[in-house]
Amino acid sequence: MAATENPGPHTLGKVRPQPSQNEALLFEKSSPGKRAYKLPPLDVPAVNGEALLGSAVRKHRAELPELSEIELIRHFTRLSTWNYAIDLGMYPLGSCTMKYNPRVNEFVARIEGLAEAHPYRPDALAQGILEVLDLLQRCLLEITGMDAITLQPAAGAHGEFTGILLTRAWHASQGNPRKKVLIPDSAHGTNPATAAFSGYTVENLKSNADGGIDLEALARQVDEETAALMLTNPSTLGVFESQIHKIADVLHAKGALLYMDGANMNALVGKVRPGDFGVDVMHLNLHKTFSTPHGGGGPGSGPVACKKFLEPFLPIPVLVRNEDGAKHCPDAGDWEDTNAEPTADGCPPLFRAPLPITNLNQNQDGAKHLHWEYNRPRSIGRVRAFYGNTGMFIRALAYILANGPDGLRQTTEDAVLNANYIRKKIEDLYELPYKTASMHEVVFSDKRQAAQGVKTGDIAKRLIDYGFHPYTVSFPLIVHGALMIEPTESESREELDLFIAAMRSIAREAEEDPELVKTAPHSTRVSRLDEVQAARKPILRWKPQP
Amino acid sequence: MRYLPKSDEERREMLAEIGAASIDDLFASIPAEYRIKRDLDVPRQQAESEIVAYFRAAGEKNSTGYASFLGAGAYRHYRPVIIDALVQRGEFLTSYTPYQAEITQGTLQAIFEFQTMIAELTGMDVANASMYDGSTGAAEAVMMAVRVTGRHKAVVAATVHPEYREVFATYAQHQGLPTTIVGYDAKTGRVDLAALDAAVSAETAAVLVQSPNFFGVVEDIPAIAEIAHAKGALLIVSIAEAVSLGIVRPPVEADIVAMEAQSFGVALSYGGPFCGVIAAKEQYVRQMPGRLAGQTVDGAGNRGFVLTLATREQHIRREKATSNICTNQALVALMATIFMAVYGKEGMKELAEHNLAKADYAAKTLGGQPGAKLRFAGAPRFHEFVLKTDEAPASWSQRLLDNKIVGGVELSRWYPELANCTLWCATEVVTREQIDAAAKVLAGVEVEA
Repeated sequence: MAATENPGPHTLGKVRPQPSQNEALLFEKSSPGKRAYKLPPLDVPAVNGEALLGSAVRKHRAELPELSEIELIRHFTRLSTWNYAIDLGMYPLGSCTMKYNPRVNEFVARIEGLAEAHPYRPDALAQGILEVLDLLQRCLLEITGMDAITLQPAAGAHGEFTGILLTRAWHASQGNPRKKVLIPDSAHGTNPATAAFSGYTVENLKSNADGGIDLEALARQVDEETAALMLTNPSTLGVFESQIHKIADVLHAKGALLYMDGANMNALVGKVRPGDFGVDVMHLNLHKTFSTPHGGGGPGSGPVACKKFLEPFLPIPVLVRNEDGAKHCPDAGDWEDTNAEPTADGCPPLFRAPLPITNLNQNQDGAKHLHWEYNRPRSIGRVRAFYGNTGMFIRALAYILANGPDGLRQTTEDAVLNANYIRKKIEDLYELPYKTASMHEVVFSDKRQAAQGVKTGDIAKRLIDYGFHPYTVSFPLIVHGALMIEPTESESREELDLFIAAMRSIAREAEEDPELVKTAPHSTRVSRLDEVQAARKPILRWKPQP
Repeated sequence: MRYLPKSDEERREMLAEIGAASIDDLFASIPAEYRIKRDLDVPRQQAESEIVAYFRAAGEKNSTGYASFLGAGAYRHYRPVIIDALVQRGEFLTSYTPYQAEITQGTLQAIFEFQTMIAELTGMDVANASMYDGSTGAAEAVMMAVRVTGRHKAVVAATVHPEYREVFATYAQHQGLPTTIVGYDAKTGRVDLAALDAAVSAETAAVLVQSPNFFGVVEDIPAIAEIAHAKGALLIVSIAEAVSLGIVRPPVEADIVAMEAQSFGVALSYGGPFCGVIAAKEQYVRQMPGRLAGQTVDGAGNRGFVLTLATREQHIRREKATSNICTNQALVALMATIFMAVYGKEGMKELAEHNLAKADYAAKTLGGQPGAKLRFAGAPRFHEFVLKTDEAPASWSQRLLDNKIVGGVELSRWYPELANCTLWCATEVVTREQIDAAAKVLAGVEVEA
């Protein structure tokens, strides 16, 4: 568009250089006697640490930095300017769903009554936060089409671990925990790591010519020792497994379960529900699909939703709404879904949305109180202290409320529209290894550019010079030299067009001046960093110069 | 929808450019029988003002304005306002894991500073970039010790936070890792050293203790280390209260420290997100789980930072990784980093001394009430203490609640032998007035509400 047609001096696409401040490490800036704190006067008698603690007293102060408040503000502000962020522009990391993180979510998570609540305050004093958790649970169950849920896992991989433990506990209850978990070669690295961590052998499942599940291979490999298939749907290629129900049937015929890695739920919300297409257990990433901020690598949140036969095994504690908190089974009268079959222990399924969620401001004083249920003998146990990353639950619910059913559906449609738009606009210049229809992300390969010695990692680094964060590099592993692009719904057409222009320009540069691309980035504070040296002689902390 | 930057006209144009007749064309790969044709049953789209009103109401329904003596693994400390101001900068808040080092030097340098300060405080050589929380960090530390030693048994102190022990049991159950729980000395509340000595064998991979322990008592780490090391086991020290390190001797004899850094400027937020971290002796770094930031140089010799030793991690090693952890608690670790820098060398000690003083006053005042007695009185402790009362806690805690005070946590929930015992915590934010009021109510004296 205008910016690329007439770039002007020192301008490349959407960026122009500006100075960034140098900033040393905190420790290098420290000098004795400076302070950034002031404690109030003690209103109780002072004590002598040495007298109270004896030999357990700390003899030497830790060498923490000594700086004033203004220096700290500048320090961290300067550091922040060295980061790229969604707030600055498109961040098309495939699989990571770098969407807009609404500020109202940050605001409500800091409301005093929620942010200052201690996890061991009596349930009676925590009804507000428990209502929030309950509403989020019901929304997530409706979105996934599943029956029961735990919010406890702290991130996606932690959710995988929880889901596979549920699977294992169920198999064990059937007499055999089974031995192996099937994982497609296109899967995230967390999947095999999780299966191994849960005591299973990992068996690789080779993708078919379309990059999807090879049904015949699956039928050959699944047997009475197969606990589950861990499937990402849409796949890491951004492709929906159109034979999904047959996949589920093949597994179920042998008593194996279908685990869904929900990393790519941003392609499905409001359009299709995993619970309707045969998934037995899955995790969600609230920091992907539900807009809680990535924060430079975390915190995340990885709720696990499952079908009712897995409900007795959920981690403790489980959120229950009933009269006195004395009974294990919630009052059957609470539950609308009278057609649902009782669970193994004779209880009606927990957490089926009992009320249509229409009026948020409805006075809920008449509603029965919520409490944490610990007495669940078949539970897999705890996966985390307390109840999970509650601050993320508040943000995710705020996101769902801001969207409503129409907004959630439109979000999914826009995410898929954006990915397909990019695909259409650059598929003449970049190799598309799988021609199957893309959903929320599209995966190219560097095959054509590699002929000039330009690899996916180089193209990614060159994108930085154009003012974009790179796409996901060299993943999924089934595509050699992969460029995995996930724009999300948060990009305007203008931003997409700038990205497309950048990708087209880089393709041209790869032809005409490959060195330019291979040595990128050229506009950053630091050029490519020596990762080999970093790993060979690790320097993992600052130390004073002798 | 206000978060979506497109007009309907733009959507139509983009569809036309793609060559799709309608948006449904782009979802054609989903079999029709599974596509939902109705609205999801979630609340209707809310205005921002409605969202704020909903959560404000929830916050109020949560009952605020109570004085609180709750601790037990989640601690209320004053949080300097610059923490929230800085972590809400979009460049920190809305950036991803710093895999692209050239445009994430801010996050990487901050992680490097975090690692340095955690190592300095704990007396370890290296620290990682964070774990989910103290409980999962402790469990992963034991797995790490199994890899280091090649041994397959664990010994865990009963004085480790009960929920940490439950998490460890979940992690260990399919690892073929038989675990012995070692009790505590009824007088001091410290690990029973004779029982520990008997439990540790040449097959023990790790001894896991917590200090200050769940009763607030500081363990005798040198003695415990001697027992563990005599049999070649690693010593893992879990620290649930990071502020203690300002005044309590760091566990330098430990091989691994698994810490919860929530106390460093992180809101209680009903139990999360918190900030676990694993620190260790340098020789074990290649068996560590989680991310590590390391220093290096760029082509021009400028100092820079990268994520390093990634061959330990799941995205490279898959089923052979040291852990399945990917996303960690980065932004919370940044909060802790700022907190440590605010208090600094002098402040961390002064802050810890204030906690020590408040708890000492609270323990003496509450323990001096008729019918109340301090348990484990002889042992060194930080800012938590165990109170035994003649009256059942259920009865006096209601009285406290009526006076807008939340008293200690009942310990019989996890330790049946500790009937009528409660765990109290007094940090620097608890006032003398609140302690005195709690003491009066506990003793059954009428106070002005």
